Amino acid sequence: MSKLINIAPITHIEGHASIAIQPDDAGNVEDCKVHFQALRGFEKFVEGKPAEELPRIVNRICGICPWHHHLASNKAVDRCFGVTPPPAGRKLRELMQTIAHAEDKLLHFFFLAAADFVIGPDSDYAVRNVIGVAKANPELAQKVVRMRYMAKMILEKFAGKAIHPVAGVVGGFSKPLLEADRQEFLKQMQELLDFALFTIEFAKTRVFPKYLDTIQSLGVIRTGFIGTVDDGGQLNLYDGKIRLMKPDATFTDFDIQDYTDFIGEKVVPYSYGKFPYARAWDEGFSMDLDNPRGIYRSNCLARINVADRMATPKAQAELEEFREKFGRPAQATLLYHWARLIEEVYACEHAIVLLQDPEITDPNVRTAAEPRAGRGVGCVEAPRGTLIHDYSTDENGLVTRANLIVGTTHNLGPINMSVNQAARTLIKDGSVDEGTLNKIEMAVRAYDP
Amino acid sequence: MSIKVAEEWLNACSGCEIAIVDLGERLLDVLNLVDFVHMPVIMDHKLYGQLGDQKHIHIPEADVGILTGGIRNEEHLEVAREMRAQCKTLIALGTCATHGGIPALANSYQNEELLQRIFSTETTDPADALPDDVPEILERCQALDELIKVDVYLPGCPPHPDQIYGALTALLEGRPLEDSGKSVCNDCPTIREGKGQLKNLRRFLQPPHYGTPDEPLDKMRCLLEQGLLCMGSVTRAGCGGDVGTPRCIAARVPCRGCSGPVRHEGNQLLDMLNGLASNGIDIRSLPEHTSLLRFSGAHGLLRPKRTKKEA
Repeated sequence: MSKLINIAPITHIEGHASIAIQPDDAGNVEDCKVHFQALRGFEKFVEGKPAEELPRIVNRICGICPWHHHLASNKAVDRCFGVTPPPAGRKLRELMQTIAHAEDKLLHFFFLAAADFVIGPDSDYAVRNVIGVAKANPELAQKVVRMRYMAKMILEKFAGKAIHPVAGVVGGFSKPLLEADRQEFLKQMQELLDFALFTIEFAKTRVFPKYLDTIQSLGVIRTGFIGTVDDGGQLNLYDGKIRLMKPDATFTDFDIQDYTDFIGEKVVPYSYGKFPYARAWDEGFSMDLDNPRGIYRSNCLARINVADRMATPKAQAELEEFREKFGRPAQATLLYHWARLIEEVYACEHAIVLLQDPEITDPNVRTAAEPRAGRGVGCVEAPRGTLIHDYSTDENGLVTRANLIVGTTHNLGPINMSVNQAARTLIKDGSVDEGTLNKIEMAVRAYDP
Repeated sequence: MSIKVAEEWLNACSGCEIAIVDLGERLLDVLNLVDFVHMPVIMDHKLYGQLGDQKHIHIPEADVGILTGGIRNEEHLEVAREMRAQCKTLIALGTCATHGGIPALANSYQNEELLQRIFSTETTDPADALPDDVPEILERCQALDELIKVDVYLPGCPPHPDQIYGALTALLEGRPLEDSGKSVCNDCPTIREGKGQLKNLRRFLQPPHYGTPDEPLDKMRCLLEQGLLCMGSVTRAGCGGDVGTPRCIAARVPCRGCSGPVRHEGNQLLDMLNGLASNGIDIRSLPEHTSLLRFSGAHGLLRPKRTKKEA
């Protein structure tokens, strides 16, 4: 047997993973798998902790999307304790989450994804990175850094901590929004919306057209999709019903409290991360490229596939253009990059809608809570997908049990499939070079794991 | 002359890396001054060679090494040792690296208990075997200095970008880093009136008392004196960056100790309980105690309960 190719670590992603490719004697791919190496044990060690403390413990699951863990957790605790946040408390949570989405997508597109496209997938690794991008485009780099920083500073200025936040609290939010801050943030989000529109235009005219062939081929698989929509079927990042779509575009909507009926998780020998699958489809679990079973995807492409429409006008126009070109559901993996920028437009528009709502400055932001025994499932759409926190508490409000399904994990099976597809297509008869291996990684980066 | 920097993350969440990105425009200055030779989150330098064909990991030599996260599995340990070997000055960035951080809460349990729960949740299909083609986990989650020598400690969860910038520029200019030896309370603007009548703490289930929404923090009474557990007195100062105001307090939320103990070898749980008791506060009014070590459970401070005799 030929020598194992160990792509470790997968770079330009936000976690710990590696790819192991086993070539056969002829130099074609015999076996290929993606190892997910992180094991920390949150589902166990939150036991016994006061439930109201969990939103500031579980946010440490991810330093890129801490707001989403923080808020899914807050929603679960609200339900355990039977409290409903006042409207302004709910809206402030949603505002912070929406702005966190907006900065996260800029981070991914410019800092993590751009180098492969702007510098080129086959270029020298020493320059194929954000530093290389910045040196080649200093003005754009400065603008990107400034825009993202502005969004981050809204979070910090208003909520104290931007990374590993604490301002979401059981029953609502920790402080009200002042009118002066509202006006300042509104101006800043309008500027950010302009930049989001510039970014998607830049990508559509100067980036994606060069890579249309790659987009149609690299890592392409056929799967179902998951995401959250409101009662009108519009994409919603903070709350709503969960929509699980099959590859043929038929779908079922369900209440997140019932998620265990719809989602199962498989243990695989080469990953600490478990692989979710659609239990409700009753077809089992298989990552066979020609005949996958139970496989669905999450994150931006999934969300814009399952949504009937976008709730804001500019994002809706972008979605229409996208659907016109790629259909519904769009399956090409690299289209995640495009979908991400549509969501970026939505996030900026939606933050403005929230900031224009007079109710958002209402000083009543928190409902007092009492510890009690209960169970609650909290869910938001994290950048990387439908994020589920499910807790039970005892009569003192201490956590007795927790089950977590994190956004990225929905995509662990699909990532394996896309990498497998890419490796089998690109590695032929023993020819392997750095550019080839990097292109295989690009099939992972699209998912932004 | 630019200095070479290598960066790696171990048992980490990437929050420290994002804090580096959150330098804003200062990031562009840093990129002009330093030469990153290895940094997985933004650079494609590989541990096992660019073609993935090497047996052992390799990180290029660097003047400064930055490590985030504690050490939890065999690969973390191998990477940490290689970083130590290749870097002249090694920075432990973030509380996971300096004191274990939140993931060290796992140290309250045996590994078997953790694995048993993770792989048998209500959504997990029963499996014949646990994952084995993955780096083996070590007995517990350790801070870096339990296993390798650390030159500079920069705790924080994550450290404020201003702190990171301060540390990097100090290193670039060859200045020593200052450790103020102060606690979060030193930077806290709230009003302390001294010992009060407080006997019991209450849980953070309703807002603290303060006046109108725009009332400045220096008009609000200390949250601990209001009866809320606040760990500022046993927590290292600095989280507020150049502005100085502790970040959680800025959100009118009590401190939970995320920058670790004031002195590196301090014990936040003991110090907090002592502090409460000496102020006449009944420590039984806390719902549980483990959480007081939620950021600093490495160094053997959190251990599994001995429920059965070792064989």
